[in-house]
Parts: sequence; structure tokens; C-alpha cells
Amino acid sequence: MAEIVRPLEAAVAVIEDGMTVVVPPDYSGVAMEATRALIRRGVKNLHLLTLPASSLQADLLIGAGVLASIETSAVSLGEMGAGPRFAAAVTAGKIALKDARCPALHAALQAAEKGVPFLPLRGVIGSDLLKVRSDWKVIDNPFAENDPILLVPAIRPDVALFHAPFGDRHGNVWVGRRRELFTMAHASERTVATVEEIREGNLLEDETLAGATIPAFYVEAVAVAKHGTWPLKFGSRYAEDTAHLREYMQLAASEDGFRRYLDLYVYRRRAA
Amino acid sequence: MSEAGIKQAEILIGVVLRLIEGAKHVAVGANSPMPAAAAFLAQRLGGGRPHVSLQQSPRHNLFTDGGRELFDAAGQGRIDVFFLSGAQIDGRGNINLVAIGDYAKPKVRFPGSFGSAYLYFVVPRVILFRTEHSRRTLVPKVDFVSAPGVSPPNVYRRGGPIALVTPLCHFAFDRDRARFRLESVHPGHTVEEVLDVTGFDFDRPAAVPVTPLPSPEALRLLRETIAPELAALYPNFAQRVFGLAPRAAE
Repeated sequence: MAEIVRPLEAAVAVIEDGMTVVVPPDYSGVAMEATRALIRRGVKNLHLLTLPASSLQADLLIGAGVLASIETSAVSLGEMGAGPRFAAAVTAGKIALKDARCPALHAALQAAEKGVPFLPLRGVIGSDLLKVRSDWKVIDNPFAENDPILLVPAIRPDVALFHAPFGDRHGNVWVGRRRELFTMAHASERTVATVEEIREGNLLEDETLAGATIPAFYVEAVAVAKHGTWPLKFGSRYAEDTAHLREYMQLAASEDGFRRYLDLYVYRRRAA
Repeated sequence: MSEAGIKQAEILIGVVLRLIEGAKHVAVGANSPMPAAAAFLAQRLGGGRPHVSLQQSPRHNLFTDGGRELFDAAGQGRIDVFFLSGAQIDGRGNINLVAIGDYAKPKVRFPGSFGSAYLYFVVPRVILFRTEHSRRTLVPKVDFVSAPGVSPPNVYRRGGPIALVTPLCHFAFDRDRARFRLESVHPGHTVEEVLDVTGFDFDRPAAVPVTPLPSPEALRLLRETIAPELAALYPNFAQRVFGLAPRAAE
């Protein structure tokens, strides 16, 4: 059996062409170093699922031509606006998009966590999202009279990919309060995590850490990536690199500019 | 601290402050500096209540069970107030966060619906906040309904819009009539101006009141205590409105 803790390229090798990959939002832990490694490797036709929204990560993957489809409740760089490559791809009809909403994505993965085919959820009735989501169904609540309710089907991704503060050599990964990462790991076939550091010992043996630790039996690979969410923030550990994100927004406004961004910050960094 | 020196943002924060009165838990989404300011101000004035949660701030995020907890708590009725906006908002309170033009081939694409099609249904007091008041944003009918303003009686709905706050005015929303009513116009603006730049029909009383300003106490607290806290969370906003230098995030 391969070591769980391995170099970054070997860890992301778990992600193969055509797989469905679920990723977290900026306030959680976005595995940006791993994302750049995937683009360098030239992985293709991934189906990206964002739990629930994404920013630079989804926009980079779309611009680099890595994705066959995306299911998301939003691709936004906050105050700076919608992801430019996302908006360009959608207006040009160049990407298969499933528009979702945050709680529906959580519910779809929670259904997978439980091993059930769907979960019911309030809201959405009367939204045009229902018109564009033929896989969402409205049924009559079988336990009440005249009470329509939405069902969303379970989604079982091939891989959950995220960044976390630390892990151990057994493959246990501590995520703190960022429990959407638990949902992602439970729902997915396998988990690939990058971490700031590897700690000695077994995290599950420490009761103060164990409750916030994803156990190794969900985890396929762990790689150390210092500042692995750069240029995005990482909780209160480090802030986003706002100047870099501004530069991204400027460059990614055009296809040529985006290519230059890839050369400067995705391809060249590794070569140097 | 003269009224003459009051800033537009402070007037809007004052409106939101009144709308959230009596709430137990106010949740604020990303990119909502003025709603956040009003919520923190209410908390300070209320001696620690309401609870104010901000998902993106480790210090102000009250949730420990992942991103879904906000939605689960709202689904149970534990969140009283939330804020939404829309690239377009129409006269029936429908909001569009998705696209302009045909959905399949949009002219303009926005980030997406986030949690709107859920929270609009389950949070009792949803305050719509739009910083651009124009016929482009406040339209007769949205191109895409991310979330509807009202629902048929058999659709489960605990919540929905109560108001739309813009730089010009405060509209109240009447759920039974599915229409906005001009509640007040902010100082320095007129009803004619509002009529001129609003794309949808709305009701209005014969005499439309001027929006009341926040109390001197609220204004002092906002400028002296709340603004420096905002600088860590919304550096651009705090710099623009209160002239404060950015601080490290907390």
C-alpha cells in the first residue's frame, strides 16, 4: 500500500480524468497549490462540485480548460465580482453548468453521507432554478396534506479535495470547526488533503483534537503544502493576497491575459 | 456630530437598525458591510443581543457544524433576520442573482443564487439591500427568478422580504399585495427622483415621510466603536466611509 502522506504531485494523482471532485469555499480551506499542480499535469474533463460556492479555484479550472462541467451556487471573487472566466464561459455557452443553491448542495452531500438516494428540503418552489434543474423533484409531503416539498438527489463525488491546518502520518486530518470538510469527506469515495504540517503521533488519541479530526479511513492521500491556500485566505491563519487577486481579475478579464496569468503563476512557479 | 455631516451609509445603517429591532439572531452574508454595521450596532445598543453571525469571520462565526449549520438553523426558525440583494429586483419582490437575458445564452452572467432560494422562504425578516437604485436594477420583471418574493398559500413559507433599502429610500414590502410601498425617502432626495429611477410600480402615501436619522447615541457608537471593528472585516468599506486604515483580519 502506498504511503498516505506523499509528495503533492503523487497526492493529486488520485484525481484522474473525468472524475467528480468536490471543493470547499474560501472561508474553509481551498487547496490552491494542489489545484495548480492539477492544471500543470493537464488533467481533463473533471466535474467540479463546489460546497457551496467557489472563487479563484473554480475560475482557474474553468479558464484552464480542466472542467467538463460545474455544479455551484456561485463563482464569485467577493467584492471584486463574478469569476471572469466563469462568466465568460457561461455567456459563451462553453461550460455545462448546473446552477444550484447552497443548502441544496449541502443536502445532496448529506444524503450521500447517509447512503440514502435523496433528501427533502424547504424553499425553491417558485424559483426558476426548478426549471433549469430537471434532476430536482417536487413531491407532496406523504406525511401531510397539500404540502409540496423539494427533493434533491444524493451526490457521491469521486474525490474531496481541500486544505487543512495539520494531519498525522496515519492520514488523520484535523480541520477544526470547518465541518463542511467532514461532509465532503464522508460523502466522497476518497479524500485528498493538503496540510500546512504533519504532526507526530496519532491525532485520534488526543480527545481535544479527535472530534475535529477526519479519520484516516476516509483519506486516500495527504501532502504538505505550506501556505497551500495562497492567494486565498486560510481561516485566521493567513489573509488573502488581495493585490494578487486584483492582478488576477485584471489579467483574467481577457483570454490572452488569463494565459499570461497561467504562465506567470501556475507553470513558471513550479519550473523555477 | 452634526446632522449635516451625516453620510449616506450612516442613514442606511440607521434604517436597517430599525428594521432588525427585537431580533434574537441576525445572520449576515458575505459582502454586506452596511447590514453588518447595523447588526453590530444593534448588538451594542442591546447589551449583547441580538446574536450576530458572520460566516466569513472566525471571530463572528457562531457556527461550529460547517457551512450547512446556518441553513439548518434557519430551517428551524433560529435565524430572525437575513440580508439579500439582486442584480435585478422586481416589484413583486422577486430577486435575480443569476443572469441578464436568456438563461441558456445570457448577456451578462452573475455569480449565482447562493442560498437565496432557501433563506428567502425560511427567514422571517429578509431585508433586501441594493446599493444601485436605477431602472436597470429595480425592474418591472426579473429575467430569472432566483427566489420569488411571495408564494401560493400551500407552499411552506415562514419568511420573505420585509423591506428594500436603497441609497434613495426605504420601501416596505406588503406580502398580501405582493407590492412595495414607499415608506420614506432619505434626506436630500425626493419622491420624484425615486419615481424617475425605479423601474417597477409601487404604492405610496399622499405625503411620504423623510427617513429618520439614527439617534446621536447610535451615530456616536457607530463611528467610535463599530467602525474600527468593521475595518478588519470590510477594509474597503471602512476606508471609504469612515476613513479608517485597513487592519488585520480577526
